[in-house]
Amino acid sequence: MLKDIFHKKKQRYATLTSQDVAERLGRTRQPQAMPDVAVPEGLMSKCKRCGEMTFTKELEKTLKTCPRCNYHYPLDARERIELTLDEGRFFEYDADMTTVDPLNFPDYLTKIEREQAKTGSKEAVITGEGTIGGYPVVIGVMDSTYFMGSMGSVVGEKITRAIENAIAKKYPVILFTASGGARMQEGIFSLMQMAKTSAALAKLSAQGGLYIAINTYPTTGGVTASFSMLGDLNLAEPGALIGFAGRRIIEQTIRQKLPDDFQTAEFLLKHGMLDMVVDRKEMRETLTTLLDLHGGGGGGE
Amino acid sequence: MEVAAVANDLMHEKPILELQKKIDELRKFSKESGLDFSEEIAKLEGKAKMLADSIYGELSNWQRTQIARHAGRPTTLDYIKGMCSDFLELHGDRQFADDLALVGGIGKLDGINVTLIGHQKGSDTKENIARRWGMPLPEGYRKALRLMKQAEKFKRPVVCFIDTAGAYPGIESEERGMGEAIARNLIEMAALKTPIVCVVTGEGGSGGALALGVGDRIYMLENAVYGVISPEGGAALLWKDASQAPRMAEAFKMAAPNVYEFGIVDGVINEPLGGAHKDPAATIASVKGQIVSALRELMEIPLDVLVEQRYQKFNNMGHYANG
Repeated sequence: MLKDIFHKKKQRYATLTSQDVAERLGRTRQPQAMPDVAVPEGLMSKCKRCGEMTFTKELEKTLKTCPRCNYHYPLDARERIELTLDEGRFFEYDADMTTVDPLNFPDYLTKIEREQAKTGSKEAVITGEGTIGGYPVVIGVMDSTYFMGSMGSVVGEKITRAIENAIAKKYPVILFTASGGARMQEGIFSLMQMAKTSAALAKLSAQGGLYIAINTYPTTGGVTASFSMLGDLNLAEPGALIGFAGRRIIEQTIRQKLPDDFQTAEFLLKHGMLDMVVDRKEMRETLTTLLDLHGGGGGGE
Repeated sequence: MEVAAVANDLMHEKPILELQKKIDELRKFSKESGLDFSEEIAKLEGKAKMLADSIYGELSNWQRTQIARHAGRPTTLDYIKGMCSDFLELHGDRQFADDLALVGGIGKLDGINVTLIGHQKGSDTKENIARRWGMPLPEGYRKALRLMKQAEKFKRPVVCFIDTAGAYPGIESEERGMGEAIARNLIEMAALKTPIVCVVTGEGGSGGALALGVGDRIYMLENAVYGVISPEGGAALLWKDASQAPRMAEAFKMAAPNVYEFGIVDGVINEPLGGAHKDPAATIASVKGQIVSALRELMEIPLDVLVEQRYQKFNNMGHYANG
């Protein structure tokens, strides 16, 4: 059924409400329990940091943050869109763009099929437009549950087109990043998505368009070395892992253990790489204020 | 670190070297004994040439990776000093430090004033330690950007030499914002109002290479490689086994002929038979020729057109279906 919905659409823009999106993915309004939790399915969730068990219903109220330690549970892209945009209409871009295998890389397409079956998503980013606090925005949300949020050609192209749409419509751009980095299986093509997305941001910036990057758990590698760090405003969720090189690689290079807070949002804030660390429960309000302080953030007239 | 494993002995050359040794021995014996072996020697030399042609003619991605990492390969400063007159090296990012893993300066290239920038490997262990085997810290990329902005101001084209295993993965890299430093170069290079010519001369390793790679023309030396990660890193990550690096190099298709076929680079610059280290002067001359002809062409293009063409160039990279 899901297939039919996506295949019917030949136009570039799909008009979907966020509720539609949730339903079409077979997701009820009730968020599902984290998959690695050994409790009655859907009823309770266990915090990965403090171990606190929380009723899923309760967790929904706290926007999936732990009531005890404020651990921010990972969200997939659809959940994030629901939490961020105003209720009602979300217009998705390029919903039917799909992955190909430019290197003829061993097992790549099999892995893609597996990821799609596992998550119900087509790729590691959803882009589109909607409103936040009444302000129109172009939004892109990466999904670390799909292929570790890795960036290949589709992710790079969708984000680039989203930015180009924002330039054409004079809307600001808001990207929630979550990525293991460039996708190995597309080799050099993945690497080049870093240049492509950054080039689009250069155009947006030249027009005076506002770009807000929100780094969420985890934002690493090639995404950190491109659009996640290029915001006019760089934000992050508390405790988010953000870094360029992997912890293991660094430990191997310097032959010593790294401190626990290394590469957290708070670490980056301290070192001057972020403007703000924003609690998920205050994200919508913060974004609304920021948009307001930028006159909507569209740039131009 | 895998960079420590740079080999001077190239496995694929072994049969050629062995045959050459035989020829040398025969020649020596002929001289000592006064016997005439010239016919046999000529025959063997013919065979050696055929062997060399066939081995060097179809190098694998992995073999080219080995050549790209060869310790005798010309470095950025070898290229710059070999092709430029009046070169003056300029130092520092004006914010934190001068990174020796990335060098830059100004000079004259065939009469054209240019800014030249590149990753810098060392020629011995001591220098390699000082230059971190050509793996820059954030301040290296920030120095590069400072020199590029300076070039834009003074209407000099920029020439970038790319040769790094990658950006340096250390604590200080993260503290000082490696991600931001690379990203900043990408966004600024994309809009830089002056011609940019890039040459991947050896290893084009990941974001640390791309941070000097957003140009109007991009060339690769015949035995250079350009990839999303090193083959060792890729094999460790995907196959949990770094020793599968040779197989990964093939899967990544990261050597110049493949990367050119993908349309990522604009041309491949031929190297002397066996690799650049066999004849650095000839290699440098070929690279210079390619850079100068590209610059002459690019300098004719109005700057706004040039920047838009650069945008389209990168905009077209990638493969996907539908949409």
